[in-house]
Amino acid sequence: MELLEKIKTAITEKFPQAIENYEVSYDFPVFYIKKDEIHQVLEFLKTDTELNFHFLTDLTGIQSADEKQLGVIYHLHNMPKNYRVRLKTYFDINKPEIPTATDLWPGANWMERETYDFFGVKFKGHPKLKKILNVDEMDAFPLRKDFPLEDQTRDDKSDKMFGR
Amino acid sequence: MTKIKNSSSENNKVEEEKEYSILNLGPTHPATHGIFQNILKMDGEIIHEAEPTVGYIHRAFEKIAERRPYNQIRPLTDRLNYCSSPINNIGWDMTVEKLLGVKIPKKVDYMRVIIMELARIADHLICNSVIGVDTGAMTGFLYIFQWREKIYEIYESICGARLTTNIGRIGGFDKEWTKETWDKIHYFLEHYPKALQEFTNLLERNKIFMDRTINCGPISAEMALSYSFTGPNLRAAGVDYDVRVMNPYSSYQDFKFDVPIGQSGDTYDRFMVRQHEMWNSLEIIRQAIKNMPKDEPFKADVPDFFLPPKEEVYNNMEALIYHFKIIMGEMDIPKGEVYHCVEGGNGELGFYLVSDGGRTPFRLHFRRPCFIYYQAYPEMVKGIMLSDAIITMSSMNVIAGELDA
Repeated sequence: MELLEKIKTAITEKFPQAIENYEVSYDFPVFYIKKDEIHQVLEFLKTDTELNFHFLTDLTGIQSADEKQLGVIYHLHNMPKNYRVRLKTYFDINKPEIPTATDLWPGANWMERETYDFFGVKFKGHPKLKKILNVDEMDAFPLRKDFPLEDQTRDDKSDKMFGR
Repeated sequence: MTKIKNSSSENNKVEEEKEYSILNLGPTHPATHGIFQNILKMDGEIIHEAEPTVGYIHRAFEKIAERRPYNQIRPLTDRLNYCSSPINNIGWDMTVEKLLGVKIPKKVDYMRVIIMELARIADHLICNSVIGVDTGAMTGFLYIFQWREKIYEIYESICGARLTTNIGRIGGFDKEWTKETWDKIHYFLEHYPKALQEFTNLLERNKIFMDRTINCGPISAEMALSYSFTGPNLRAAGVDYDVRVMNPYSSYQDFKFDVPIGQSGDTYDRFMVRQHEMWNSLEIIRQAIKNMPKDEPFKADVPDFFLPPKEEVYNNMEALIYHFKIIMGEMDIPKGEVYHCVEGGNGELGFYLVSDGGRTPFRLHFRRPCFIYYQAYPEMVKGIMLSDAIITMSSMNVIAGELDA
């Protein structure tokens, strides 16, 4: 995919170590970026005149299949040229810290709060990182896989088979 | 020269003592059209600071979806933006179709376009008539609201439900539309424009309405983009971004329509953009009916998602197995990650779906336009009057169900 190559070359030129992996998934270029360089890469993609990913479409979290890592997923969009890209960054679940993107896009504010609320990802530098959709008393991160959907207090029940 | 005391400007400076009062707007307030709380710091009638609290009807759809088979997630999407549920339903179906790689017949695309544009009309119609109500013009609302009813009757004749429609299936529709449905659609196309024109005459160039809404709650294009605005709110600020044009889905590339844009992103512009989109939607529906392919099936070939006919289920083992598998949701879904977006009633509605090959999604995230653009609300109402803040909110078309998911 042409766009993938273009973004890959641009990022590697500036940050030779940043890209861990890349792929094309359903016509969407996807990059796995190292956590330490994610903020610089986002800033570069936003300010670069050629790539110009000026619009943050979406920001959300995910837990890896082995449940040992958390991830944050960014969808960026360059409207004039209609480029879209997905950036993913994974980090250890016991140390879920990542720099905030609110300084680049004010719109990232609530999306990061939502990600914190549901996955417990701490966004360093976020102006007001507190729960947004769940009640303040909630002490779990409900979208993590170890949080059961129903009957959180029972241990004689498994919803692995049919969902209930 | 002697200095006269008390004449210099320094001495005339009066230290004004200000005391702000706190006002709770909501959680249930008739003017917020949904359950939102805004803690306002007021200086008289001017809003000094606003602090929105959301999440009052959070129902954990993303978590529930991780335990549900794919065709049982559609009812969840109904309850996002419940003013235009069919767009959500069809958006979800198309996301799964993208994952499965299903080829959809043109006819299904066109039928979907008709339904989605009807839903867009219903959505904009509620929003615009409610702007009227909030500015004190009840007549338009009462007059035009029966046309939403007619749209709901069309949904009803297709899928049996009115508000939470659960319309269509993965791969198309569950059955062919009846003559009654088509009659209702034609009736709507024939008579609705007259009502819309009267509504237009009532408000669009109405001096009182214009004075009330122009320059009320404006947002610049730069700020709208930085806050990830989409949909009519972004277009009102002057950015011609429409998913239907930029990333055409469901054969939108076959249709000719304009993308209306505003200039200042104020309440009046948002109102006008929605007005124009309603006319455009009518035009799109007419084109879809005119160019509707004949002799094509109403569904794609995806037996995994369509129940076999009942006679076969009772007499044929294969069909019985299929019936059981579909009901229990035991289908083979490929691994993969999809992002699919549609132009919802109030912006880019995105579905980010991660499948690990199991019977349920591994992760499903809804990009809910309301949730994202509502965070700019405190910024937009800073320094304006309380009554203006109310119509700014209703013109932003914030839907509680979508906001809280």
